[in-house]
Amino acid sequence: MIELDTRVRLARKVRLRRDPRSSKMMLLYPERGLELSDTAADVAALCDGRTAAAIVDELAARYAGVAREPIERDVLSFLRTLAERGLLAGGEETP
Amino acid sequence: MTTAVASLVAPRPYTLVAELSYRCPLSCAYCSNPVDLERRRDELGTADWKRVLAEAAALGILQVNLTGGEPLVRDDLEELVAAARASELYVNLITSGIPTDGDRLGRLVAAGLDSLQLSVQDVDPAGAAWIAGRDGLEAKLEMAEAARALRLPLTLNVVLHRGNIARTADFVALAERIGAERLELANTQYLGWALLNRDALLPSRAELASARAVADAARERLRGRIEILFVRPDYYSDRPRACMDGWARRYVVVTPDGTALPCHQAASIPSLAFENVRDRSLAALWTDSPAFRAFRGEAWMPEPCRTCDERDVDFGGCRCQAMALLGDAAAPDPACALTPRHDLVLAARVRADASGDGTATAPLRLRRLSGR
Repeated sequence: MIELDTRVRLARKVRLRRDPRSSKMMLLYPERGLELSDTAADVAALCDGRTAAAIVDELAARYAGVAREPIERDVLSFLRTLAERGLLAGGEETP
Repeated sequence: MTTAVASLVAPRPYTLVAELSYRCPLSCAYCSNPVDLERRRDELGTADWKRVLAEAAALGILQVNLTGGEPLVRDDLEELVAAARASELYVNLITSGIPTDGDRLGRLVAAGLDSLQLSVQDVDPAGAAWIAGRDGLEAKLEMAEAARALRLPLTLNVVLHRGNIARTADFVALAERIGAERLELANTQYLGWALLNRDALLPSRAELASARAVADAARERLRGRIEILFVRPDYYSDRPRACMDGWARRYVVVTPDGTALPCHQAASIPSLAFENVRDRSLAALWTDSPAFRAFRGEAWMPEPCRTCDERDVDFGGCRCQAMALLGDAAAPDPACALTPRHDLVLAARVRADASGDGTATAPLRLRRLSGR
């Protein structure tokens, strides 16, 4: 289970890119694609081995005026969805 | 003319299935290649494929499946992978793992390959020889090991049928052992070569239920580590497959000779004339080729599909199956229990249930390039 102190990184099979048709960011992986909301795309782009808490810090600084609590809730919920779908690297690959 | 205009507007495709060659070291009795292979040996050259890949990306396609036959037989595979990546396509290589050549996989990864889908026909050598004409497990394990060393994401693809379905747990164990991230346990669908061999390949209801229970338990146990897909045969689903996620809705298949198809089997429908990427751009083919428009949307649907609540779930099922079983590609798919000729599917099930435990001994018509 992803908690605030979990380090997160996208799985190797996942590629984050913009869909030129919809202009949305997408996570591509074998035979699938996941269209991301703007916030989810921000979270995905920050999955570089830092902790979930560090992602919340970064977004709280970015979205001035938004309370930290809902950001924290959204970040954890999205990261858990990614983990459930096998889109985050396993523990052995995080530094 | 008051055609349903909305249904004729082309949606945007997501995936290009690039069948690079029908040549293959294996002869699987369920192969999705056409049964009249001997008439289709003229392969597109490198420049044509590179143009098709660029046109695909411009059309909005995001993924390309490089497949066959066996795509490794193409000497220009590295160049095609690099061209696909240059267009930002997500590149899946779907291979038998044979022939292997030392560092080939390393060169493909260097060219930008994103993911490897490796087929395993059986973990039992006799079973593999029965279904595919030879056992290639050793070469496959070698390729899986190379993928692991290269940190290349690996999917293990298994086509299930009566001869191997009892070994579903062994396939799960193999996926764990070789470090696969995905395991596709896809039951044979009975078209083309598989339909010729249906009575030897269709499992009984009990065999299917056991395999499904094994897959479900493994999915729970391995959640977050290995993604496990289990695809039922539509003969046991009582509702049709959402074949290709709908005709000409998400996928374009380009065959080795450049014919553009809405699905692998579409050339089995004699009333449709398919066009070639040598003659027209992929965008033009996708948008207004009559064969792509033939069953796009809902305007073509007969009853009971036309008024069915599930028509936007299964898109009316598989046109090639209607063609193969009923001789009419526009008829309702008999896999569906709501259709008048579902008895054809039920009769095949009754024969499967009556023929006892699956034993890999029945004679098969193996896929052959030199024809039937």
